[in-house]
Amino acid sequence: MSTPIVTKDRAESSIKTARFLFGNRGQDGKRRAPKTPYILIIPALVALLIGTGYPVVWQVLTSFREYGLAQQFGKPAPFVGLQNYVELITGSEFWTIVIRSVVFCLVTAFATMIIGIGVALVMRAVSRVPRIILQVALLLAWAMPIVAQMTVWTWLVDDRNGILNFMLSKLPGVDMIGHNWLVNPLSFFFVASVIITWASVPFVAFSVYAAFTTVGEEVLEAAAIDGASRGQVLRGIILPIIRPVLAIVLLLQLIWDMRVFSQIKLLQDAGSFGSQYDLLGTYIYKLGTGSQDFGTASAAAMIVMFLTLGLSVVYIRRMLKEDAES
Amino acid sequence: MNKRTSPTRRFLGGAGAIALAVLWAFPVYWMINSSFLPTSTLTALTPTFLPFGGSWANFNAVLFHSGFARAMGWSIAITGITLIVSIAFAFVAALAISRFRFRGRRSFVLVVLLVQMLPAEALFIAQYQMISSVHLLNTVIGVSVIYIAVVIPFTVWMLRGFVAGIPVDLEEAAMVDGLSRNKAFLKITFPLLAPGLVAAAVYGFLQAWNEFAVALILLPDGDKQTLPLWLRGFIQSSAVQTTNWGQVMAASTLVAVPVIVFFMFVQGRMTAGLVGGAVKG
Repeated sequence: MSTPIVTKDRAESSIKTARFLFGNRGQDGKRRAPKTPYILIIPALVALLIGTGYPVVWQVLTSFREYGLAQQFGKPAPFVGLQNYVELITGSEFWTIVIRSVVFCLVTAFATMIIGIGVALVMRAVSRVPRIILQVALLLAWAMPIVAQMTVWTWLVDDRNGILNFMLSKLPGVDMIGHNWLVNPLSFFFVASVIITWASVPFVAFSVYAAFTTVGEEVLEAAAIDGASRGQVLRGIILPIIRPVLAIVLLLQLIWDMRVFSQIKLLQDAGSFGSQYDLLGTYIYKLGTGSQDFGTASAAAMIVMFLTLGLSVVYIRRMLKEDAES
Repeated sequence: MNKRTSPTRRFLGGAGAIALAVLWAFPVYWMINSSFLPTSTLTALTPTFLPFGGSWANFNAVLFHSGFARAMGWSIAITGITLIVSIAFAFVAALAISRFRFRGRRSFVLVVLLVQMLPAEALFIAQYQMISSVHLLNTVIGVSVIYIAVVIPFTVWMLRGFVAGIPVDLEEAAMVDGLSRNKAFLKITFPLLAPGLVAAAVYGFLQAWNEFAVALILLPDGDKQTLPLWLRGFIQSSAVQTTNWGQVMAASTLVAVPVIVFFMFVQGRMTAGLVGGAVKG
């Protein structure tokens, strides 16, 4: 280290730096808040207010109004209090769809987690070449745009010429040619769940694999020298280290699978359109665009928003903590 | 790689990994394979597993006789505007939250995270109302306004990490050496940030380019479509008679391949951005 030579010029400029970074002190010595950060966040804030803020406010208000086709053409929309919510909650259709969505979300999210962790374990167990081949395959699936995913899967499960029915019919005693997978609602949602799982496993597998790589080789060797079995190592050392990643990945899966819309909508295009094939996303869509009942649609959307935000709070807390640490 | 593994275990593991790889890549392969085959081959009793005897005929038909180019134009315009605006806005906001401690900072971060978690699927009716009340349905601007608000939160979050990773000392040192604040930023910090900006831009590109639900609502006019909407329309119009699977798969391939290429660049950063510090343990 050499002795610092501070010229007047340099001293001034570093005072400027300090002011830029930590805010101005006026002539009177009182601390003034720096304006720069506020100016910097204004554009983003305004964009968010227009694109998200306004719709959210409109939706909250509309969920308390009667807002149907007549209001679309200029009739005033009277406030009706909780009527929209009451109608939804006391009707049976909404609950059927809520329960269906929750079950669909849980099944798909946990299937994705279990398979994803399994794939990550395989990645960890094999040598370099098979691992890279597996990773490239997973990336291909992950990168597919949803609409392209749905197109190719519709073709795979096509009743007459789909490869799935062809392969199944190769099994002794099975004839699936002509079987339409999208007619029975349970089968419809099974196909949807398989497609979403296929598309989400890569994210889980890569995240969990990344977590595995943070487990130090020395720790594992020490455990092996001490005579720990594979199961003990997994439970005692690896699991505690990767638990935070598992938690956050599961959370994201639950949030994403709860708000699934595009896949269901596109699968309905290919198969059947009735309300027994609806999840919350498509249900709201039909309320809004089909029957033009914006009041009820808004109330339903608010309920979905609370459902997913409830889950998101945990995720947001975790991210805020990370922000505070940086 | 565990050193204790026996050769048999290793072989089984490798075989398992390859089997999984085939399972996951198969739909993508099947799409590309089918895109080269005429529909008469595709609807035969036995499937054709390799594209021998294939041609570019499906691609020709899709590219030049189906409105693909027009949809591509729409996608480029909407994605372009979304990217330019959201990257610029998100970048300065990321500077603010990673370089300054100010009153309201925590609230702003909270807003960003909250908006990121808001389900677009529960908002699109309201967005439809808003855009239609200002007569911007079926316009590039109408869709872009919504996309910008969707892309900004994650981009702010991602860039925040990049900016925070560049020590303030570097900038200060340059300023002590006589560069102005702006010059120090432009010459020292900005080049170091370039990879982060590219990653954020690619991420935003993927989101806007692939988006389906909002576009479906805000572009009800059949002539004004982004690529995902066009692909959906293409299948529907093709399915009026018997589905022309060869052309549908060619269309699907055209939509997917550029996305796959871009995706490969940012995959690592996407995982890190979503899972965040959790990976570090």
